[in-house]
Amino acid sequence: MNRAVESDLVERLLDGEHRALARVITKIESQTPGYRDLVSEIHAHTGNASVVGITGSPGAGKSTLVDKLAKHYRDQGETVGIIGVDPSSPYTGGAVLGDRIRMASNVGDMDVFFRSMSARGQLGGLSTATADAVKALDAFGKDRIIIETVGAGQNEVDVVKTADTVVVLVQPGSGDDVQMLKAGILEIGDVFVVNKADMEGASRTVSELQEMIHLRDDPRANLDTGHHGAGAFGGSGGHGSGGNGHGHHDGGHESGDAGHGHHDGDTDGEAGEDGKDDTPAVWTPEVIQTVATTGEGIDTLVEALDEHYAYLAESGKLTVKARQRASEEIRQLLRSDVNQLLEAELERRGGIEAFVDAVVEKQTDPYAVAEDVLEPIRECFED
Amino acid sequence: MSADSEQRTIRCLIAKVGLDGHDRGAHVISRAFRDAGFEVIYSGLHRAPDEIIQATVQEDVNVLGISILSGAHNTLVPKVMAGLEEYGALDDTLVIVGGIIPEEDRPGLLEEGVDAIFGPGTPMQETIDFVKENAPERT
Repeated sequence: MNRAVESDLVERLLDGEHRALARVITKIESQTPGYRDLVSEIHAHTGNASVVGITGSPGAGKSTLVDKLAKHYRDQGETVGIIGVDPSSPYTGGAVLGDRIRMASNVGDMDVFFRSMSARGQLGGLSTATADAVKALDAFGKDRIIIETVGAGQNEVDVVKTADTVVVLVQPGSGDDVQMLKAGILEIGDVFVVNKADMEGASRTVSELQEMIHLRDDPRANLDTGHHGAGAFGGSGGHGSGGNGHGHHDGGHESGDAGHGHHDGDTDGEAGEDGKDDTPAVWTPEVIQTVATTGEGIDTLVEALDEHYAYLAESGKLTVKARQRASEEIRQLLRSDVNQLLEAELERRGGIEAFVDAVVEKQTDPYAVAEDVLEPIRECFED
Repeated sequence: MSADSEQRTIRCLIAKVGLDGHDRGAHVISRAFRDAGFEVIYSGLHRAPDEIIQATVQEDVNVLGISILSGAHNTLVPKVMAGLEEYGALDDTLVIVGGIIPEEDRPGLLEEGVDAIFGPGTPMQETIDFVKENAPERT
């Protein structure tokens, strides 16, 4: 509650005090009173880190790969922040957060800040908490931030979507392809990694993945490129991706509210200046093979990640993504806040049970109740 | 701040430190803590004090549980405690030690700042209740 204490904590975080960073994330995660002021203060200091999200089924080797990635970045002299997200029990709220075990290459290295988080059963809250924790790491001064999560459901997909680059990890073996399609995870991957590439069936998994990537026909074309910059860029690139470039133009209005107006200018300018022919207008995900336990293929993965980041920067999508994230954050906050207002309103009217009784006894219906509760709020907004 | 809905979750790090290959006890307690609704981070075997310090500081756990069966507690525990102090984590972390700790070594460890020692045969509920009552708040 105490604004002074919060400011002090932020100051210590910006000064590079590990304990302050840890405490800020705790407050974010448990939504301690005052955490919003913290995030507000931190916000201005963010935007310097590149964020990679890594997802994949349990046992695919995410943690081991993250460990090796972190090591690689540390060897380059960069600092690393990692957030490992694990599911929590829906029954007790308890969780065993196990990813830390695999962080063997960065033992005792305080410049690798690893933090485990669990879902804590809050609807949509996990992605907000993760995004805020990323901000804390960013403000702290971490060069690279990695979010690691089990790709099990919508919650986790929302989490990795807060990253600039999404890596989907697959292990060789049957059934994976179908599973991937089911989970809708194919669409979110910017880089695909077939880990345990020394196992039998690895090359088959690679070719299956490649096939599916080419089939996927960029379903995001309409979602994340709501500006004409990319289209214009595509034109100058002239890379035989005309069909997709078209898609961009068509989709130009779809997400207009997220990214209209001012980066049209930016991006056009950039495209004009570079006018490079070797940057494709549409990112085609790479499929990379690694053996995380030995570190094989990590260099190639790092290259692919850097390439993707460069692509984002050059195509102007980095800004588009940042804007999308901001709009998603605003919406998410509004949703949860309005929800709480409504809960309070329900309480004020004697709790939901009375309404439930009335609905069950057919005196009224759920729609009428909702209308009734919403009425005063609607009036407020209409004024 | 009425819009903030606070929920208190106790976070614990269960740590195996030093050359001690037995972690059945650590597993059992991790699981019991999880079932009690805690968030448990298990360190895995053979951790150096530095790793335990790093994890405790970064994860901002309310509780650090160190399991030692090797007899090296008089060397390892003080190292961990000193590291926690260095990073300003000693005051607001509840440190409990479990395992084989001879009676005559206990006062020394408690003096180092360990909050409680639970030997073999301690009922699980006793440990859980102790944690629930004594885990420092994070506000």
